Amino acid sequence: MFDLDRWQEIYHVLSKNKLRTFLTAFGVFWGIFMLVIMLGSGNGLQRGVTQNFGDMATNSVFIWTQQTSIPYRGFPRGRGYNFDNEDVVAIRHSIPEIKYLAPRLQAGGYQQSNNVIRGLKSGVFNIMGDYPAFNKIDPLNFIKGRFINELDIKDKRKIAVIGSRVVEILFTKNENPISQYIQIQGVYFQVVGIFKSKRNGEQADQENQNIYLPFTTLQQTYNYGNAVGFFSITAQDDIPVSVVEEKTIRLLKKRHSVAPADDAAVGHFNLKKEFDKMQGLFFGIRLLVWIVGTGTLLAGVIGVSNIMLVVVRERTKEIGIQRALGATPWKVISQIIMESVVLTTFAGYFGLVVGVGLLELINFLLGSPGANTEMFVHPGIDFSVAVTALSILVFCGALAGLIPARRAVSVKPIDALRYE
Amino acid sequence: MIKINQIHKSYVTGKNSLHVLKGIDLEIAAGDMISIMGASGSGKSTLLNILGILDSYDSGEYLLNGLRINRLSERKAAQLRNRMLGFVFQSFNLVSFKNAMENVALPLYYQDVPRKKRNLIAMEYLDRMGLKEWALHLPNELSGGQKQRVAIARALIGKPKVILADEPTGALDSATSLEVMDILQEINATGITVIIVTHEHDIALRTRKTIRITDGNITEIVVN
Repeated sequence: MFDLDRWQEIYHVLSKNKLRTFLTAFGVFWGIFMLVIMLGSGNGLQRGVTQNFGDMATNSVFIWTQQTSIPYRGFPRGRGYNFDNEDVVAIRHSIPEIKYLAPRLQAGGYQQSNNVIRGLKSGVFNIMGDYPAFNKIDPLNFIKGRFINELDIKDKRKIAVIGSRVVEILFTKNENPISQYIQIQGVYFQVVGIFKSKRNGEQADQENQNIYLPFTTLQQTYNYGNAVGFFSITAQDDIPVSVVEEKTIRLLKKRHSVAPADDAAVGHFNLKKEFDKMQGLFFGIRLLVWIVGTGTLLAGVIGVSNIMLVVVRERTKEIGIQRALGATPWKVISQIIMESVVLTTFAGYFGLVVGVGLLELINFLLGSPGANTEMFVHPGIDFSVAVTALSILVFCGALAGLIPARRAVSVKPIDALRYE
Repeated sequence: MIKINQIHKSYVTGKNSLHVLKGIDLEIAAGDMISIMGASGSGKSTLLNILGILDSYDSGEYLLNGLRINRLSERKAAQLRNRMLGFVFQSFNLVSFKNAMENVALPLYYQDVPRKKRNLIAMEYLDRMGLKEWALHLPNELSGGQKQRVAIARALIGKPKVILADEPTGALDSATSLEVMDILQEINATGITVIIVTHEHDIALRTRKTIRITDGNITEIVVN
């Protein structure tokens, strides 16, 4: 339904006062431009922060021991204690809601002298004792080899899984670390896997310096007896992690003679709660962006409506002539609405393109070496959001034209004809 | 063709009411050519506007070609104007951004005639007005007489039953005025009813009947 006369009239109306048309279009352009930039930045921020979680199962909880604060069953307050291997069995046995249970031990490394040696090279790394399940709770990216498996645990094998930074320090570029031996706090371990963190920024740097050993090997090799450092627990998919958290803590308190009311004795961190808080924050940011963005857009659209009112007033006589010659009210109304829609859509589309272009440019700059991208990753908007914004624009354009259009046909043809 | 009984029309502005038409009775036969004369403010233009369905009336009856014209929807009124009536104005009222041909074709545009076809027909009518060479010129490139001939072509293209001309020669010099009157007489000769509002005697004399309006009443009908 291409109607040349229609477009001729639209062109005539919009080009008659070019500065005015430009300024009006700019209002809409700016509205959608700001919306795109803000939404894109919000997304970038969210992606950056979410990536700091790595691929961690968000329905996870971490539990460790602290000093007691209430005297109980003859024990004084201020008592220290350790979780142990029997706890692992007991938890597995009595809490079926748990999907993954990963006890963990850390064998120093933090702020120590060089604890890992290979030939003439040495470095300070964190040494962790882990179960295979840990890679399910907080997955790593494997470059080569594998993670700890059940046989490693059972046979207490002396094997090690090392991070990319460890490889860089202990090995030369062309060496293949797999099957090589490294000396960890005086004991030799064979490298079976190399990983890279899924996080970004500083957190990734830290994780890449980790060395993972089988939990049982670490316990025996370094004389930890049957002590467990802390538990990482993931709940079954359909069970809230807070339930598991509560049950496990109650069980552990009972097993270690800790007063049920002693909240200070068991340290715990519910990732789900933190994650939900963060999600809430991002929801808030997005809501704010939409409110501010659509507000700006609305201001632009009101500008269009205003200008269309002026245009209609200016063209009163011309519209009167058209009506005298037989233009039906619908013809007049649709013409004016179309002018408004064309103006808004064109300006809005331009704003969309420029906004997305700017986001892409930022993206490109973030990808360049040396850019600190810890909190800001891949800003951009979804295609569906862009389409939504455009359809809102077309709708708003139509709405903006409606009032002036009704004004145009509300005067009697003869009054329109006489208008000077 | 046109029959009106006891038409009353008042303009109300605030508390003041101005009674412009005070019970007009008039009958115009098909193919007639009449002029309406009167002093400024006598109501002659108001009468023409009511006949052209551009304005409403308060009471009375108006039959156009047997059809009662009363409180029509704007859509219906627009269609009737488009099919039944042709307008010629004192100030031509051409659409400034359309060339002569497109201006003439405008009534057909509102009938949804395809562009190619309506432009072809518009060229025919322009040719009849001797303006074929000016078809692609914009109104501001035409002289007053040319503009009025374009306007007349535009009034004719919809094959109307009645041509309503409001001071068609008011903005033209006497030589051009005569030309325009010649054209209007030719149109009348093809059977179309022509109604002209004017205040010039020699224009009125070229119509068959002159109706004189004074203070909202018809005071005299003269057969020329």
